Amino acid sequence: MENHLLSLVTFLPMLGILAILFVPRARVDVIRWIAAGATGLQLVVALIILGAFDSSSSGIQMQEHAAWIPAFNIEYFLGIDGLSLPMVLLTPFLSFLAIFTSFSINKAEKSYFALFLLLDVGMMGVFLSLDFFLFYIFWEVMLLPMYFLIGIWGGDQKEYAAIKFFLYTLFGSVLLLLGMLALYFVSEPHTFNMLILAQQPDIYSQSLLLGMNAGKVIFLLLFVGFAIKVPIFPFHTWLPLAHVQAPTAVSVILAGVLLKMGAYGFLRISFPILPHATLWFALPMAILGLINIVYGAMAALAQKDLKKMVAYSSVNHMGYVLIGMAAMTSAGMNGAVFQMFNHGTITAMLFMLVGVIYDRAHHRDIEGFGGLATKVPLYAGVMGFAFFAGLGLPGLSGFISEALCFIGAFPVFTWIAIGATVGIVLNAAYFLWAYQRIFFGPLNPKYENLEDINKRELYTLIPLAMITLFLGIYPAPMLDLMSATLNHLVDTVNAAGLMTGF
Amino acid sequence: MITVALLILLLPLLSFAIQIFFRKFIESKNGEWISIGIQLTTLGLAFYLFAVMIGHYDPHFRIEENVTWFNLGNFSLEMGILIDNISVIMLLVVALISSLVHIYSTEYMKGDIRFSRYYGFLGIFTFSMNGIVLANNFFMIYVFWELVGLSSYLLIGHWWEKNSAADASKKAFITNRVGDIGMFMGLMIIMTVLGTLNYQGVYTGIASGEWEGGIGTLFGGANPHTLLTWAGILLFMGAVGKSAQFPLHIWLPDAMEGPTPVSALIHAATMVAAGVYLTVRIFPILTPDAMATVAFIGGVTAFYAATIAITQNDIKKVLAYSTVSQLGYMIMALGTGAYVAGFFHLITHAMFKAGLFLASGSVIHAMHHALHDIKDHDTDAQDMRNMGGLKSKMPYTYLIFIVASLSISGIPFFSGFLSKDAILAGSWAYASTAHEGWLASMHMAWILPFFGFGAAVITAFYMFRLIFMTFFGESKRPDIFEKMHESPKAMTVPLMILAALSLFFFYTIPSINPFSTHGWFSHVIENPGTVVNFGSTFNLEHFEHANHEAHMPAMILSLIVATLGIGFATLVYLLKKVSAESLASKLGVLYKGSFNKWYMDEFYINGIIRPFLKGCDAVALFDMEYYDHYLINGAGRNTKKVSSGVGVADDLIVDGAVNFSGYIFQWLGWSLKFIQTGRIQNYLIFALIGVVAVFLLNAF
Repeated sequence: MENHLLSLVTFLPMLGILAILFVPRARVDVIRWIAAGATGLQLVVALIILGAFDSSSSGIQMQEHAAWIPAFNIEYFLGIDGLSLPMVLLTPFLSFLAIFTSFSINKAEKSYFALFLLLDVGMMGVFLSLDFFLFYIFWEVMLLPMYFLIGIWGGDQKEYAAIKFFLYTLFGSVLLLLGMLALYFVSEPHTFNMLILAQQPDIYSQSLLLGMNAGKVIFLLLFVGFAIKVPIFPFHTWLPLAHVQAPTAVSVILAGVLLKMGAYGFLRISFPILPHATLWFALPMAILGLINIVYGAMAALAQKDLKKMVAYSSVNHMGYVLIGMAAMTSAGMNGAVFQMFNHGTITAMLFMLVGVIYDRAHHRDIEGFGGLATKVPLYAGVMGFAFFAGLGLPGLSGFISEALCFIGAFPVFTWIAIGATVGIVLNAAYFLWAYQRIFFGPLNPKYENLEDINKRELYTLIPLAMITLFLGIYPAPMLDLMSATLNHLVDTVNAAGLMTGF
Repeated sequence: MITVALLILLLPLLSFAIQIFFRKFIESKNGEWISIGIQLTTLGLAFYLFAVMIGHYDPHFRIEENVTWFNLGNFSLEMGILIDNISVIMLLVVALISSLVHIYSTEYMKGDIRFSRYYGFLGIFTFSMNGIVLANNFFMIYVFWELVGLSSYLLIGHWWEKNSAADASKKAFITNRVGDIGMFMGLMIIMTVLGTLNYQGVYTGIASGEWEGGIGTLFGGANPHTLLTWAGILLFMGAVGKSAQFPLHIWLPDAMEGPTPVSALIHAATMVAAGVYLTVRIFPILTPDAMATVAFIGGVTAFYAATIAITQNDIKKVLAYSTVSQLGYMIMALGTGAYVAGFFHLITHAMFKAGLFLASGSVIHAMHHALHDIKDHDTDAQDMRNMGGLKSKMPYTYLIFIVASLSISGIPFFSGFLSKDAILAGSWAYASTAHEGWLASMHMAWILPFFGFGAAVITAFYMFRLIFMTFFGESKRPDIFEKMHESPKAMTVPLMILAALSLFFFYTIPSINPFSTHGWFSHVIENPGTVVNFGSTFNLEHFEHANHEAHMPAMILSLIVATLGIGFATLVYLLKKVSAESLASKLGVLYKGSFNKWYMDEFYINGIIRPFLKGCDAVALFDMEYYDHYLINGAGRNTKKVSSGVGVADDLIVDGAVNFSGYIFQWLGWSLKFIQTGRIQNYLIFALIGVVAVFLLNAF
């Protein structure tokens, strides 16, 4: 049976763009609600997909095939499994909420919302494509609107940030393209179909490319491409800048969804297609994860700018994803993907909250506040919730995924996991220290008349908070969705070679 | 039974939700009584469980229920409730003290700006604490472990406008997390080796030899005994943080920034005892080396904290260091193998220390009111040097102080005598018999009784110093003294209950011998011994025998030291035969060291935190100003330079070559144009030349 739910969920925002094009630019309210409607509908479709999804199967479901460029075996091929489903839920959810956060945009709204929806199409496409060529197209589609969203609606250094983000990512894309073409030419028959590519891992590990092991070369090419998105040290320096300069809603999407694409790329493409190279590179990956955790946390601890601190906290949190997936254990892998989802919701809250205070105080200097809890108790409460979610408090979702990453990594990369526990303390340190400087102590007289969080802001945050709380108490529904697929992935990779311990 | 336990667990959470979400209503309509009602209900339920437990009167009474929390196929985590004698007694203690604190706070916190928030957080604390007590596995205890940390953070920082309170709350949370890392590592070791974190599962796993089999390649195939030692010590690190053991004790004295009833509930009676409770739960898996470590840390803490308590002038700081010291006793007891004594002291201490804190709160409350009346906003309401002679003004508070102090000092007829004596006897027995563990093999085991009895002298001394400075003599501030008066009933009645519970017979019924711990408590709590059956291991029989032997001499000695301590305090602070000032100056360095808490905070700040933060600054600077600026942007700039170089080259060479060839032809065209004369004769000559040339070429 072929339904077209996946195409629908991908291209729904396109209809929104079309509709927006016909609305006069002065009717900002209509434009906003069209955008909200398009993403809202998209969310509904995503929920329908969730309802139709069979979580007991580890295979690809709801496949859609269409010939595209038959001469090169290029297909329009979409499908969903337990790895992509969490991302497919996260993307429209965050997009929908971010549209409301974008209501405060007051410059060229028409283009803003159109570009935003285009970005949404690109993201959905990446998570659903099973043809590498199609994947690459969507990957690039995403880049363009992001460039403009940062470059036009961003902060003081928006041009610099936008061009930096663009070049950095483009550099990764080039390597990704090379890796993709290499895979195409090494595979027999030549194909971009990820499922067929994944059936011939031995070809890559036995062929040569430029006199080297083809599998390893391709893995490294793809690795850099994906690592930039994650971002993995030392490819991370675009992130603080882009996150800080982007408008709030774009930061939310950037941190909430875009960062997941790198890790998703590893799990969708590198791991199943190149299992030998994956095992060969697992240890370096875990070490990079450790560096991300400690380096990111230390950098976060030193930040004066609140948004920058949150940005570095992403570097820190994505480190847990890395050690979790590098370990190639059930707990670690499930923890990693769960952490991707949780980081999406938690960091979205954090960026939205930073936006709230920035809209009022027009600065983000942590030292420049003081004693705000007295003046804006509701805001302080929500921020407290988000900060404690960020520092992995049990009862909130981030704790479970981090704990799973650790428990999964421990038997394989024991010393790395032990080293990474430092992150548990540092996480608490940078969040609580920032919290104290902003909210505690005597009230800074400058903020005598600060307004508390308003209803619109609160309503965009509450759904995120509820999910964080629900999955923290009862994570089984989400873990059940993905465990079949991820366990299968772990088994496939491990079957390709014996894991070497550290 | 399980339902009752679940109710006890969850009802306080309901109280939290009501207080937080219906704040306006609560503050206008005495809504704190909703929380008090809920708390009294859990107290009733806890009594019910207690009655059922006593009804069984069985040391092995236990009910356990388990549910799968989530299952990943080949990895799953469980949640469950464990009801046994230990958890039932703990539940009752928590519910009782929490209820009393709820009632006491109606007066103590009256008019507070965040009144309902305060009650809400008491609720979330009680919930989390009950979670620790009822957990049946190490993962779940870790979850609630962090949640009590959260409630402690929130309540220490209750008056967040004060920087000191905000600092203290942050310090408490982060210091605890340091301990928690260790606990988490221990948990990961056990999970990896045994695949379960359920208490009973872990005990049987180790006892049945699964431990040796499960290690595999972990740590390159570690020695099972060594690994178990480490697992024990690492789990115990959680207790070091939570129960404020040396060297992570630094947060507890600062935590006194929180409201005093909170100090009584969380930072004296229950939460800080959670570390002891955890040690009780890991007791069976501790190897002799791990036990020696536990005992040593406990002993050092007991003695070290006591030496600081002597010189403090803040009434709550004295009690805080006293708490650290007493927690050290409990930990030391568990390390020496005196399991029952350690847990017993947890219970007796919870009562008399909660009493002491609430009584000090009563004094502070009165001081605040007096200072308010005379419009003095600078004087420190907690400084004992501003008190004195209060026994006539606050007779009930005074009486309770006396009772609880006698108990903590280890005077017969009071509960503290029994439990402390049992601990001291345990340390004596350990020192005289232990062969296993590093303390014994280094011939250092006698240091434990030394610490124990030493701390006992000091405890008796500082407690009576506190009493004499506060309640006896002349007031140094007659203006304050004039305005002082006894606290209202909502405060004094809970105090009396706690004072009554400092009497020995509550713990020894049906026996009423004030010199023997025999009774219901020692019947239902039984030393479980060890499950470690390979390598060196703790010998329970051996220990119990020595413990019996040590009982009498330890008791006599402990009575002597308690008398000494009280006597000396009487000489110095009541009769003033010895001047405290001249003592202080004679002791010089020692006095200064004690007064400044042996400079531990300074060590952490200057030795660890500051350098680390500098390191963080360096990382941030490196990241943006060096790495990104030079390498990443440098790559960009160099690409730009190369590109513009290429551009120039393109202009000069490639384009130049193209243009040059253009010039050539242009020049050629220009020069040839001169033969285009337009005269027919010239053309004929050119043609002739051409023809000749062709002939000549052909000819050769």
